[in-house]
Amino acid sequence: MPLNESGNVNPKQPMPLINAAECKGCERCVEACPAKCLRISDKLNCRGVKAVEYIGKGCTGCGICFYNCPEPYAIVIDKP
Amino acid sequence: MAQIKTTGMYKSFPRSGSDTKTSHYCAGCGHGIVHKLIAEALFDLELQDETIIFNPVGCSVFGYYYLDAGHISAAHGRSPSAATGIARTLKDRTIICYQGDGDLGAIGLNSTLQAANRGEHIAVIFINNATYGMTGGQMAPTTLAGMKTRTTPFGRDPLTDGYPLHVCEMINELKAPVYIERVSVADTRRIMKARKAVRKALKIQKENRGYAFVEIIAPCPIGLKSTPLETARFCMEEMEAEFPLVCLRDNSADQPLLPTPKKIVSVKDFFENSGTDLGISTAVPDESFKELRMKFSGYGGQGVLSLGLWLAEAARIDRRFTTWFPSYGPEQRGGAASCAVVVSGRTVGSPDADHPDLLVAMNQVAYERFIGDVLPGGFAFVDLTVPINVEPRAGVRLISVPALKLAEEFGITQSANTVILAAISAFGVSNLSRESLLSSLDAGFRKKPELAIKNKKLFVKAETWIKDQWKSSEVRECESAEIAASEDTAHGTGRGIC
Ligand code: SF4
Ligand code: SF4
Ligand code: SF4
Repeated sequence: MPLNESGNVNPKQPMPLINAAECKGCERCVEACPAKCLRISDKLNCRGVKAVEYIGKGCTGCGICFYNCPEPYAIVIDKP
Repeated sequence: MAQIKTTGMYKSFPRSGSDTKTSHYCAGCGHGIVHKLIAEALFDLELQDETIIFNPVGCSVFGYYYLDAGHISAAHGRSPSAATGIARTLKDRTIICYQGDGDLGAIGLNSTLQAANRGEHIAVIFINNATYGMTGGQMAPTTLAGMKTRTTPFGRDPLTDGYPLHVCEMINELKAPVYIERVSVADTRRIMKARKAVRKALKIQKENRGYAFVEIIAPCPIGLKSTPLETARFCMEEMEAEFPLVCLRDNSADQPLLPTPKKIVSVKDFFENSGTDLGISTAVPDESFKELRMKFSGYGGQGVLSLGLWLAEAARIDRRFTTWFPSYGPEQRGGAASCAVVVSGRTVGSPDADHPDLLVAMNQVAYERFIGDVLPGGFAFVDLTVPINVEPRAGVRLISVPALKLAEEFGITQSANTVILAAISAFGVSNLSRESLLSSLDAGFRKKPELAIKNKKLFVKAETWIKDQWKSSEVRECESAEIAASEDTAHGTGRGIC
Protein backbone atom coordinates (compact mmCIF):
# COMPACT_ATOMS: atom_id res chain seq x y z
CA MET A 1 0.00 0.00 0.00
CA PRO A 2 1.58 3.30 -0.93
CA LEU A 3 2.43 5.59 1.93
CA ASN A 4 0.65 8.48 0.38
CA GLU A 5 -2.53 6.51 0.21
CA SER A 6 -4.98 9.36 0.18
CA GLY A 7 -2.51 11.77 -1.35
CA ASN A 8 -2.19 15.27 -0.03
CA VAL A 9 -5.17 16.98 -1.46
CA ASN A 10 -3.80 20.42 -0.78
CA PRO A 11 -0.01 20.55 -1.10
CA LYS A 12 0.04 24.02 0.49
CA GLN A 13 -1.26 22.60 3.77
CA PRO A 14 0.61 20.21 6.08
CA MET A 15 -1.09 16.91 6.64
CA PRO A 16 -0.45 13.48 8.11
CA LEU A 17 -0.20 10.73 5.54
CA ILE A 18 -1.41 7.63 7.28
CA ASN A 19 -0.57 4.16 6.11
CA ALA A 20 -3.54 2.44 7.68
CA ALA A 21 -2.09 -1.03 7.09
CA GLU A 22 0.83 -0.32 9.44
CA CYS A 23 -1.25 1.31 12.18
CA LYS A 24 -1.94 -0.75 15.30
CA GLY A 25 -4.64 1.56 16.60
CA CYS A 26 -2.90 2.32 19.87
CA GLU A 27 -4.33 5.86 19.91
CA ARG A 28 -1.10 7.43 21.10
CA CYS A 29 -1.13 9.86 18.19
CA VAL A 30 -4.79 10.71 18.70
CA GLU A 31 -4.10 11.56 22.32
CA ALA A 32 -0.94 13.51 21.48
CA CYS A 33 -2.09 15.63 18.50
CA PRO A 34 -2.40 19.20 19.79
CA ALA A 35 -4.74 20.13 16.92
CA LYS A 36 -7.01 17.20 17.74
CA CYS A 37 -7.20 16.34 14.09
CA LEU A 38 -6.72 12.58 14.28
CA ARG A 39 -9.31 9.97 15.19
CA ILE A 40 -9.73 6.24 15.25
CA SER A 41 -11.69 4.95 12.30
CA ASP A 42 -14.75 2.74 12.74
CA LYS A 43 -13.54 0.57 9.87
CA LEU A 44 -11.05 -2.26 10.34
CA ASN A 45 -7.80 -2.22 8.38
CA CYS A 46 -6.43 -5.28 6.60
CA ARG A 47 -5.09 -6.63 9.90
CA GLY A 48 -8.40 -6.25 11.65
CA VAL A 49 -7.36 -3.17 13.61
CA LYS A 50 -9.29 0.09 13.81
CA ALA A 51 -6.59 2.34 12.40
CA VAL A 52 -6.16 6.04 12.86
CA GLU A 53 -7.37 8.55 10.29
CA TYR A 54 -7.03 12.26 9.63
CA ILE A 55 -10.16 14.26 10.07
CA GLY A 56 -9.20 16.17 6.96
CA LYS A 57 -8.28 19.56 8.37
CA GLY A 58 -6.41 21.29 11.17
CA CYS A 59 -2.96 19.68 10.92
CA THR A 60 -0.13 22.12 11.69
CA GLY A 61 2.64 19.75 10.61
CA CYS A 62 4.13 19.69 14.10
CA GLY A 63 5.23 16.05 13.81
CA ILE A 64 4.09 15.16 17.29
CA CYS A 65 1.98 12.26 16.10
CA PHE A 66 4.98 10.86 14.24
CA TYR A 67 7.23 10.83 17.32
CA ASN A 68 4.51 9.34 19.50
CA CYS A 69 3.85 6.53 17.10
CA PRO A 70 5.75 3.29 17.83
CA GLU A 71 5.40 2.13 14.24
CA PRO A 72 8.13 3.14 11.79
CA TYR A 73 5.92 3.48 8.75
CA ALA A 74 2.40 4.28 9.97
CA ILE A 75 2.62 8.08 9.73
CA VAL A 76 4.52 10.53 7.56
CA ILE A 77 3.95 14.25 7.94
CA ASP A 78 3.83 16.21 4.71
CA LYS A 79 4.93 19.79 5.13
CA PRO A 80 4.83 22.45 2.45
CA MET B 1 7.89 19.38 0.01
CA ALA B 2 9.46 18.41 3.31
CA GLN B 3 8.42 15.38 5.24
CA ILE B 4 8.76 14.17 8.79
CA LYS B 5 9.32 10.47 8.44
CA THR B 6 11.33 7.54 9.64
CA THR B 7 14.99 7.54 8.61
CA GLY B 8 17.79 5.14 9.42
CA MET B 9 15.61 2.05 9.22
CA TYR B 10 15.29 -0.58 6.56
CA LYS B 11 12.59 0.10 3.99
CA SER B 12 10.78 -3.06 5.01
CA PHE B 13 11.30 -5.75 7.62
CA PRO B 14 11.25 -9.14 5.95
CA ARG B 15 11.18 -12.03 8.38
CA SER B 16 10.20 -15.70 8.24
CA GLY B 17 9.56 -15.52 4.56
CA SER B 18 7.13 -12.61 4.65
CA ASP B 19 7.77 -8.99 3.85
CA THR B 20 6.23 -6.33 6.02
CA LYS B 21 6.61 -2.71 6.98
CA THR B 22 5.10 -3.32 10.42
CA SER B 23 7.16 -3.93 13.55
CA HIS B 24 6.63 -7.01 15.70
CA TYR B 25 5.94 -4.85 18.74
CA CYS B 26 2.57 -4.67 20.47
CA ALA B 27 0.35 -1.63 19.99
CA GLY B 28 1.66 1.26 22.07
CA CYS B 29 5.00 -0.39 22.89
CA GLY B 30 7.84 1.95 23.87
CA HIS B 31 10.43 -0.03 21.92
CA GLY B 32 9.12 1.24 18.60
CA ILE B 33 9.32 4.84 19.74
CA VAL B 34 12.91 4.40 20.95
CA HIS B 35 13.91 2.55 17.78
CA LYS B 36 12.74 5.48 15.73
CA LEU B 37 14.76 7.90 17.87
CA ILE B 38 17.92 5.82 17.55
CA ALA B 39 17.47 5.31 13.82
CA GLU B 40 16.92 9.02 13.26
CA ALA B 41 19.99 9.92 15.34
CA LEU B 42 22.19 7.41 13.49
CA PHE B 43 20.97 8.82 10.19
CA ASP B 44 21.40 12.48 11.19
CA LEU B 45 24.84 11.94 12.73
CA GLU B 46 25.88 9.86 9.70
CA LEU B 47 26.78 6.96 11.94
CA GLN B 48 24.90 4.12 10.29
CA ASP B 49 27.88 2.68 8.44
CA GLU B 50 30.11 2.59 11.49
CA THR B 51 27.63 1.52 14.13
CA ILE B 52 27.35 -1.90 15.73
CA ILE B 53 24.24 -2.48 17.82
CA PHE B 54 24.04 -5.23 20.41
CA ASN B 55 20.48 -6.47 20.64
CA PRO B 56 19.31 -7.93 23.93
CA VAL B 57 17.40 -11.04 24.79
CA GLY B 58 13.89 -9.77 25.22
CA CYS B 59 11.17 -8.23 23.07
CA SER B 60 13.70 -6.15 21.16
CA VAL B 61 15.85 -9.16 20.31
CA PHE B 62 14.84 -8.47 16.70
CA GLY B 63 16.31 -4.99 16.65
CA TYR B 64 18.29 -6.08 13.62
CA TYR B 65 15.12 -6.28 11.56
CA TYR B 66 14.66 -2.55 11.84
CA LEU B 67 17.75 -0.43 12.45
CA ASP B 68 19.83 -0.07 9.34
CA ALA B 69 23.27 -0.56 10.92
CA GLY B 70 25.53 -3.43 12.01
CA HIS B 71 24.21 -5.85 14.61
CA ILE B 72 25.48 -8.48 17.00
CA SER B 73 23.51 -10.56 19.48
CA ALA B 74 25.26 -11.48 22.70
CA ALA B 75 24.33 -13.99 25.38
CA HIS B 76 21.57 -12.81 27.69
CA GLY B 77 22.80 -9.74 29.55
CA ARG B 78 26.38 -10.01 28.33
CA SER B 79 26.33 -7.42 25.61
CA PRO B 80 28.45 -4.93 27.62
CA SER B 81 31.18 -7.58 27.84
CA ALA B 82 30.97 -8.51 24.17
CA ALA B 83 30.74 -4.82 23.29
CA THR B 84 33.90 -4.19 25.31
CA GLY B 85 35.80 -6.50 22.99
CA ILE B 86 34.42 -4.87 19.88
CA ALA B 87 34.85 -1.33 21.19
CA ARG B 88 38.46 -2.00 22.08
CA THR B 89 39.44 -3.70 18.87
CA LEU B 90 37.42 -1.55 16.47
CA LYS B 91 37.94 1.83 18.03
CA ASP B 92 36.51 3.78 15.13
CA ARG B 93 33.10 2.11 15.53
CA THR B 94 30.11 3.38 17.42
CA ILE B 95 28.82 0.72 19.76
CA ILE B 96 25.30 0.66 21.15
CA CYS B 97 24.07 -1.80 23.76
CA TYR B 98 20.30 -1.79 23.56
CA GLN B 99 19.07 -3.68 26.63
CA GLY B 100 15.92 -4.27 28.60
CA ASP B 101 15.49 -4.37 32.36
CA GLY B 102 15.73 -8.15 32.57
CA ASP B 103 18.75 -8.33 30.29
CA LEU B 104 20.58 -5.39 31.85
CA GLY B 105 19.28 -5.19 35.41
CA ALA B 106 18.98 -8.89 36.28
CA ILE B 107 21.11 -11.45 34.51
CA GLY B 108 23.50 -8.89 33.05
CA LEU B 109 23.92 -6.48 35.95
CA ASN B 110 27.50 -7.52 36.62
CA SER B 111 28.53 -7.06 33.00
CA THR B 112 26.78 -3.70 33.01
CA LEU B 113 28.46 -2.39 36.13
CA GLN B 114 31.91 -3.66 35.20
CA ALA B 115 31.74 -2.12 31.73
CA ALA B 116 30.51 1.16 33.23
CA ASN B 117 33.25 1.06 35.83
CA ARG B 118 35.86 0.57 33.12
CA GLY B 119 34.36 3.43 31.17
CA GLU B 120 34.08 1.42 28.00
CA HIS B 121 33.33 3.44 24.91
CA ILE B 122 29.78 2.29 24.45
CA ALA B 123 26.33 3.86 24.55
CA VAL B 124 23.93 1.83 26.65
CA ILE B 125 20.26 2.37 25.93
CA PHE B 126 18.39 0.82 28.83
CA ILE B 127 14.68 0.21 28.30
CA ASN B 128 12.93 0.16 31.66
CA ASN B 129 9.33 -1.01 31.33
CA ALA B 130 9.16 -2.59 34.79
CA THR B 131 8.43 -6.07 33.48
CA TYR B 132 9.62 -9.03 31.45
CA GLY B 133 7.54 -8.40 28.35
CA MET B 134 8.60 -11.17 26.02
CA THR B 135 8.19 -14.03 28.45
CA GLY B 136 4.78 -12.94 29.62
CA GLY B 137 5.00 -10.19 32.21
CA GLN B 138 7.07 -11.61 35.08
CA MET B 139 8.59 -9.42 37.78
CA ALA B 140 11.65 -7.51 36.63
CA PRO B 141 14.31 -5.89 38.84
CA THR B 142 12.59 -2.57 38.11
CA THR B 143 9.05 -3.74 38.91
CA LEU B 144 7.49 -1.27 41.34
CA ALA B 145 6.70 -2.23 44.92
CA GLY B 146 3.15 -3.51 45.12
CA MET B 147 2.97 -4.00 41.36
CA LYS B 148 1.22 -7.19 40.28
CA THR B 149 3.02 -9.31 37.76
CA ARG B 150 2.74 -12.92 36.74
CA THR B 151 5.31 -13.91 39.35
CA THR B 152 4.10 -11.46 42.01
CA PRO B 153 0.34 -12.05 41.83
CA PHE B 154 -0.20 -10.26 45.14
CA GLY B 155 2.09 -7.41 44.23
CA ARG B 156 5.86 -7.10 44.60
CA ASP B 157 6.68 -7.28 48.28
CA PRO B 158 10.03 -5.63 48.98
CA LEU B 159 10.45 -7.80 52.07
CA THR B 160 10.71 -10.91 49.96
CA ASP B 161 11.23 -9.60 46.42
CA GLY B 162 13.54 -6.68 47.08
CA TYR B 163 13.10 -3.08 46.03
CA PRO B 164 12.96 -1.65 42.51
CA LEU B 165 16.51 -1.44 41.21
CA HIS B 166 17.84 2.03 40.44
CA VAL B 167 20.44 1.27 37.83
CA CYS B 168 21.19 4.89 36.86
CA GLU B 169 21.92 5.71 40.48
CA MET B 170 24.16 2.65 40.84
CA ILE B 171 26.11 3.65 37.78
CA ASN B 172 26.34 7.16 39.14
CA GLU B 173 28.43 5.74 42.00
CA LEU B 174 31.15 4.91 39.50
CA LYS B 175 33.84 7.32 38.39
CA ALA B 176 34.29 6.44 34.75
CA PRO B 177 30.91 7.07 33.08
CA VAL B 178 30.67 10.31 31.16
CA TYR B 179 26.95 10.69 30.76
CA ILE B 180 24.03 9.24 32.75
CA GLU B 181 20.43 10.29 32.22
CA ARG B 182 16.98 8.84 32.82
CA VAL B 183 14.30 9.83 30.34
CA SER B 184 10.89 8.56 29.25
CA VAL B 185 8.90 8.11 26.06
CA ALA B 186 5.48 8.32 27.67
CA ASP B 187 4.38 11.59 26.08
CA THR B 188 5.51 14.19 23.57
CA ARG B 189 7.50 16.40 25.94
CA ARG B 190 9.27 13.38 27.36
CA ILE B 191 9.91 11.86 23.92
CA MET B 192 11.62 15.06 22.83
CA LYS B 193 13.91 14.94 25.89
CA ALA B 194 14.62 11.28 25.21
CA ARG B 195 15.44 12.19 21.62
CA LYS B 196 18.05 14.66 22.87
CA ALA B 197 19.50 12.13 25.29
CA VAL B 198 19.85 9.44 22.63
CA ARG B 199 21.54 11.91 20.30
CA LYS B 200 23.91 13.00 23.04
CA ALA B 201 24.86 9.41 23.90
CA LEU B 202 25.60 8.68 20.25
CA LYS B 203 27.51 11.90 19.79
CA ILE B 204 29.69 10.95 22.76
CA GLN B 205 30.44 7.71 20.92
CA LYS B 206 31.07 9.47 17.65
CA GLU B 207 33.58 11.74 19.37
CA ASN B 208 35.04 8.84 21.33
CA ARG B 209 34.46 10.46 24.69
CA GLY B 210 33.47 7.44 26.75
CA TYR B 211 30.67 5.57 28.45
CA ALA B 212 27.11 6.88 28.11
CA PHE B 213 24.09 5.42 29.85
CA VAL B 214 20.52 6.41 28.99
CA GLU B 215 17.68 4.78 30.86
CA ILE B 216 14.38 5.13 29.05
CA ILE B 217 11.11 4.51 30.83
CA ALA B 218 8.98 2.90 28.16
CA PRO B 219 5.42 1.65 28.18
CA CYS B 220 4.72 -2.07 27.89
CA PRO B 221 0.94 -2.23 27.69
CA ILE B 222 0.92 -6.01 27.38
CA GLY B 223 3.06 -6.61 30.45
CA LEU B 224 0.85 -4.22 32.37
CA LYS B 225 -2.28 -5.80 30.94
CA SER B 226 -3.55 -2.35 30.17
CA THR B 227 -4.27 -0.03 27.27
CA PRO B 228 -1.50 1.96 25.58
CA LEU B 229 -2.79 5.26 26.93
CA GLU B 230 -3.32 3.92 30.45
CA THR B 231 0.20 2.47 30.39
CA ALA B 232 1.65 5.79 29.30
CA ARG B 233 -0.10 7.40 32.27
CA PHE B 234 1.31 4.68 34.55
CA CYS B 235 4.80 5.48 33.27
CA MET B 236 4.43 9.18 33.95
CA GLU B 237 2.82 8.94 37.35
CA GLU B 238 3.79 5.73 39.08
CA MET B 239 7.07 4.89 37.37
CA GLU B 240 8.39 8.41 37.71
CA ALA B 241 7.51 8.48 41.41
CA GLU B 242 10.01 5.65 41.84
CA PHE B 243 12.39 6.52 38.98
CA PRO B 244 12.62 10.31 38.68
CA LEU B 245 13.59 11.64 35.28
CA VAL B 246 16.96 13.25 35.85
CA CYS B 247 20.30 13.84 34.24
CA LEU B 248 22.69 12.48 36.87
CA ARG B 249 25.88 13.31 35.05
CA ASP B 250 27.08 14.98 31.89
CA ASN B 251 30.83 15.40 31.63
CA SER B 252 30.81 15.02 27.89
CA ALA B 253 31.99 18.56 27.22
CA ASP B 254 35.16 18.35 29.34
CA GLN B 255 35.91 14.71 28.64
CA PRO B 256 39.22 14.46 26.79
CA LEU B 257 39.15 12.73 23.46
CA LEU B 258 40.52 9.23 23.44
CA PRO B 259 44.21 9.18 22.49
CA THR B 260 45.10 7.58 19.17
CA PRO B 261 44.56 3.88 19.63
CA LYS B 262 47.59 1.64 19.95
CA LYS B 263 48.17 -0.58 17.00
CA ILE B 264 46.68 -3.99 17.51
CA VAL B 265 49.22 -6.80 17.33
CA SER B 266 47.94 -9.93 15.70
CA VAL B 267 48.41 -13.25 17.46
CA LYS B 268 50.72 -14.34 14.67
CA ASP B 269 52.89 -11.22 14.97
CA PHE B 270 52.95 -11.55 18.73
CA PHE B 271 54.37 -15.04 18.61
CA GLU B 272 56.66 -14.45 15.69
CA ASN B 273 58.22 -11.27 16.96
CA SER B 274 58.12 -11.40 20.72
CA GLY B 275 60.98 -13.77 21.37
CA THR B 276 64.27 -14.82 19.95
CA ASP B 277 62.83 -17.81 18.30
CA LEU B 278 59.32 -18.27 19.61
CA GLY B 279 57.36 -19.25 16.57
CA ILE B 280 53.92 -20.46 15.74
CA SER B 281 53.49 -24.20 15.66
CA THR B 282 55.73 -25.93 13.20
CA ALA B 283 55.22 -29.39 14.63
CA VAL B 284 55.54 -32.24 12.16
CA PRO B 285 53.53 -35.43 12.67
CA ASP B 286 55.77 -38.39 13.39
CA GLU B 287 54.05 -41.60 14.40
CA SER B 288 57.36 -43.25 15.25
CA PHE B 289 58.09 -40.75 18.02
CA LYS B 290 57.34 -42.21 21.42
CA GLU B 291 55.09 -39.84 23.35
CA LEU B 292 56.70 -38.67 26.57
CA ARG B 293 54.77 -37.40 29.56
CA MET B 294 56.75 -35.49 32.15
CA LYS B 295 56.05 -34.04 35.55
CA PHE B 296 58.15 -31.32 37.13
CA SER B 297 57.52 -30.70 40.80
CA GLY B 298 59.02 -28.92 43.74
CA TYR B 299 58.83 -25.81 45.77
CA GLY B 300 57.96 -22.43 44.29
CA GLY B 301 61.20 -20.67 43.41
CA GLN B 302 63.08 -23.83 42.48
CA GLY B 303 62.24 -23.14 38.88
CA VAL B 304 60.24 -26.27 38.12
CA LEU B 305 57.67 -24.37 36.05
CA SER B 306 60.46 -22.81 33.98
CA LEU B 307 62.13 -26.18 33.63
CA GLY B 308 58.91 -27.54 32.17
CA LEU B 309 58.72 -24.60 29.79
CA TRP B 310 62.26 -25.24 28.59
CA LEU B 311 61.43 -28.86 27.84
CA ALA B 312 58.34 -27.74 25.92
CA GLU B 313 60.43 -25.15 24.09
CA ALA B 314 63.04 -27.78 23.21
CA ALA B 315 60.22 -29.97 21.90
CA ARG B 316 58.98 -27.06 19.81
CA ILE B 317 62.43 -26.50 18.35
CA ASP B 318 62.54 -30.22 17.52
CA ARG B 319 59.20 -29.78 15.75
CA ARG B 320 57.35 -32.04 18.14
CA PHE B 321 53.84 -31.43 19.40
CA THR B 322 53.95 -30.27 22.98
CA THR B 323 51.95 -28.86 25.87
CA TRP B 324 52.88 -27.25 29.16
CA PHE B 325 50.32 -27.45 31.90
CA PRO B 326 50.96 -25.85 35.30
CA SER B 327 48.92 -27.16 38.17
CA TYR B 328 47.42 -25.10 40.95
CA GLY B 329 45.28 -27.58 42.83
CA PRO B 330 44.31 -26.79 46.41
CA GLU B 331 47.05 -29.14 47.57
CA GLN B 332 49.50 -26.90 45.77
CA ARG B 333 49.15 -24.03 48.21
CA GLY B 334 51.94 -23.23 50.53
CA GLY B 335 54.53 -22.81 47.85
CA ALA B 336 54.35 -26.17 46.09
CA ALA B 337 54.55 -25.96 42.31
CA SER B 338 54.28 -28.44 39.51
CA CYS B 339 53.69 -28.66 35.82
CA ALA B 340 53.11 -31.35 33.27
CA VAL B 341 54.76 -31.39 29.84
CA VAL B 342 53.75 -33.71 27.05
CA VAL B 343 55.94 -34.18 23.98
CA SER B 344 54.43 -36.11 21.15
CA GLY B 345 54.65 -36.99 17.49
CA ARG B 346 51.00 -36.02 17.04
CA THR B 347 48.51 -33.56 18.46
CA VAL B 348 48.49 -33.83 22.23
CA GLY B 349 45.23 -34.97 23.80
CA SER B 350 45.32 -34.47 27.54
CA PRO B 351 48.07 -32.07 28.61
CA ASP B 352 48.28 -33.61 32.07
CA ALA B 353 50.75 -36.27 33.16
CA ASP B 354 48.98 -38.34 35.78
CA HIS B 355 51.32 -41.23 35.05
CA PRO B 356 54.54 -39.65 33.88
CA ASP B 357 57.42 -41.33 32.13
CA LEU B 358 59.71 -38.79 33.65
CA LEU B 359 59.46 -37.12 37.03
CA VAL B 360 61.53 -34.31 38.41
CA ALA B 361 61.07 -33.82 42.14
CA MET B 362 63.01 -31.06 43.81
CA ASN B 363 61.78 -31.56 47.37
CA GLN B 364 60.52 -34.29 49.64
CA VAL B 365 56.85 -33.31 49.46
CA ALA B 366 56.88 -33.40 45.67
CA TYR B 367 58.78 -36.68 45.63
CA GLU B 368 56.36 -38.40 47.97
CA ARG B 369 53.38 -36.95 46.15
CA PHE B 370 54.36 -38.07 42.65
CA ILE B 371 56.90 -40.91 42.77
CA GLY B 372 54.25 -43.62 42.94
CA ASP B 373 52.74 -42.34 39.67
CA VAL B 374 55.86 -42.85 37.56
CA LEU B 375 55.34 -45.66 35.05
CA PRO B 376 57.65 -48.70 35.01
CA GLY B 377 60.45 -48.00 32.58
CA GLY B 378 60.30 -44.35 33.54
CA PHE B 379 62.83 -42.07 35.17
CA ALA B 380 62.77 -39.97 38.28
CA PHE B 381 65.28 -37.18 38.75
CA VAL B 382 65.39 -36.17 42.38
CA ASP B 383 67.48 -33.59 44.09
CA LEU B 384 70.05 -35.18 46.31
CA THR B 385 68.64 -33.43 49.37
CA VAL B 386 65.43 -35.43 49.06
CA PRO B 387 65.35 -38.41 51.45
CA ILE B 388 64.25 -41.52 49.64
CA ASN B 389 61.86 -43.01 52.16
CA VAL B 390 59.29 -44.09 49.59
CA GLU B 391 60.31 -46.58 46.93
CA PRO B 392 59.35 -46.05 43.33
CA ARG B 393 57.44 -48.73 41.44
CA ALA B 394 59.44 -51.62 40.05
CA GLY B 395 61.30 -50.71 36.90
CA VAL B 396 61.55 -47.02 37.63
CA ARG B 397 65.02 -45.62 37.44
CA LEU B 398 65.73 -43.20 40.25
CA ILE B 399 68.52 -40.73 39.72
CA SER B 400 69.67 -38.39 42.44
CA VAL B 401 71.25 -35.21 41.22
CA PRO B 402 72.87 -32.72 43.56
CA ALA B 403 71.22 -29.95 41.58
CA LEU B 404 70.83 -27.37 44.32
CA LYS B 405 74.38 -27.98 45.45
CA LEU B 406 75.92 -27.89 41.97
CA ALA B 407 74.10 -24.70 41.10
CA GLU B 408 75.49 -23.14 44.23
CA GLU B 409 78.98 -24.42 43.50
CA PHE B 410 78.79 -23.00 40.00
CA GLY B 411 77.72 -19.66 41.43
CA ILE B 412 74.12 -19.40 40.17
CA THR B 413 72.09 -20.51 43.14
CA GLN B 414 68.78 -20.01 41.35
CA SER B 415 69.73 -22.44 38.60
CA ALA B 416 69.18 -25.88 40.09
CA ASN B 417 66.66 -26.36 37.29
CA THR B 418 69.41 -25.84 34.70
CA VAL B 419 71.38 -28.63 36.35
CA ILE B 420 68.36 -30.94 36.08
CA LEU B 421 67.97 -29.94 32.43
CA ALA B 422 71.60 -30.92 31.93
CA ALA B 423 70.94 -34.22 33.71
CA ILE B 424 67.98 -34.95 31.46
CA SER B 425 70.25 -34.26 28.52
CA ALA B 426 73.10 -36.32 29.95
CA PHE B 427 70.91 -39.35 30.48
CA GLY B 428 69.27 -38.89 27.09
CA VAL B 429 65.84 -39.63 28.47
CA SER B 430 63.78 -36.92 26.83
CA ASN B 431 64.00 -38.05 23.19
CA LEU B 432 64.85 -34.45 22.44
CA SER B 433 68.10 -33.28 20.91
CA ARG B 434 70.81 -31.87 23.10
CA GLU B 435 71.00 -28.73 20.93
CA SER B 436 67.32 -28.03 21.45
CA LEU B 437 67.55 -28.59 25.19
CA LEU B 438 70.48 -26.22 25.33
CA SER B 439 68.95 -23.52 23.17
CA SER B 440 65.67 -23.68 25.07
CA LEU B 441 67.58 -21.59 27.61
CA ASP B 442 67.82 -18.77 25.06
CA ALA B 443 64.06 -18.60 24.92
CA GLY B 444 63.77 -19.07 28.67
CA PHE B 445 65.99 -16.08 29.35
CA ARG B 446 65.18 -14.07 26.26
CA LYS B 447 64.60 -10.95 28.32
CA LYS B 448 67.94 -11.42 30.12
CA PRO B 449 70.47 -12.57 27.53
CA GLU B 450 73.35 -12.44 30.01
CA LEU B 451 71.57 -15.01 32.18
CA ALA B 452 71.01 -17.17 29.12
CA ILE B 453 74.77 -17.26 28.54
CA LYS B 454 75.52 -18.06 32.19
CA ASN B 455 72.94 -20.83 32.31
CA LYS B 456 74.13 -22.35 29.07
CA LYS B 457 77.65 -22.45 30.50
CA LEU B 458 76.27 -24.05 33.65
CA PHE B 459 74.37 -26.57 31.50
CA VAL B 460 77.54 -27.65 29.72
CA LYS B 461 79.59 -27.89 32.93
CA ALA B 462 76.87 -29.75 34.80
CA GLU B 463 76.32 -32.13 31.92
CA THR B 464 79.99 -32.99 31.72
CA TRP B 465 80.19 -33.43 35.46
CA ILE B 466 77.14 -35.67 35.53
CA LYS B 467 78.38 -37.82 32.66
CA ASP B 468 81.73 -38.27 34.38
CA GLN B 469 80.11 -39.15 37.66
CA TRP B 470 77.68 -41.46 36.04
CA LYS B 471 80.36 -43.37 34.21
CA SER B 472 82.46 -43.71 37.30
CA SER B 473 79.43 -44.60 39.33
CA GLU B 474 78.69 -47.75 37.47
CA VAL B 475 79.79 -49.32 40.68
CA ARG B 476 76.96 -47.23 42.09
CA GLU B 477 79.11 -45.34 44.45
CA CYS B 478 80.05 -41.78 44.40
CA GLU B 479 83.55 -40.52 44.77
CA SER B 480 82.63 -37.38 46.57
CA ALA B 481 81.83 -38.09 50.16
CA GLU B 482 79.31 -35.24 50.23
CA ILE B 483 77.33 -36.79 47.48
CA ALA B 484 75.30 -39.63 48.75
CA ALA B 485 75.35 -43.09 47.38
CA SER B 486 72.51 -45.39 46.83
CA GLU B 487 71.84 -49.00 46.15
CA ASP B 488 69.73 -51.19 43.97
CA THR B 489 66.46 -52.03 45.51
CA ALA B 490 65.10 -55.49 45.90
CA HIS B 491 62.73 -54.78 43.00
CA GLY B 492 65.58 -54.07 40.69
CA THR B 493 64.99 -50.35 40.77
CA GLY B 494 68.25 -48.65 40.17
CA ARG B 495 69.24 -45.52 41.91
CA GLY B 496 71.86 -43.96 39.78
CA ILE B 497 74.25 -41.70 41.51
CA CYS B 498 76.10 -38.72 40.40
S1 SF4 C 1 1.47 16.75 12.58
FE1 SF4 C 1 0.80 17.60 14.49
S2 SF4 C 1 -1.08 18.57 14.00
FE2 SF4 C 1 -0.65 17.25 12.28
S3 SF4 C 1 -1.72 15.40 12.77
FE3 SF4 C 1 0.32 15.16 13.57
S4 SF4 C 1 0.20 15.85 15.65
FE4 SF4 C 1 -1.63 16.55 14.63
S1 SF4 D 1 0.36 6.05 17.17
FE1 SF4 D 1 0.77 4.97 15.29
S2 SF4 D 1 0.07 2.92 15.64
FE2 SF4 D 1 -0.81 4.18 17.22
S3 SF4 D 1 -2.77 4.77 16.43
FE3 SF4 D 1 -1.38 6.35 15.85
S4 SF4 D 1 -0.66 5.78 13.84
FE4 SF4 D 1 -1.61 4.01 14.72
S1 SF4 E 1 5.36 -7.24 25.50
FE1 SF4 E 1 5.65 -5.15 26.13
S2 SF4 E 1 7.74 -4.65 25.61
FE2 SF4 E 1 7.22 -6.51 24.52
S3 SF4 E 1 6.53 -5.81 22.52
FE3 SF4 E 1 4.71 -6.00 23.79
S4 SF4 E 1 4.44 -4.00 24.68
FE4 SF4 E 1 6.50 -4.07 23.87
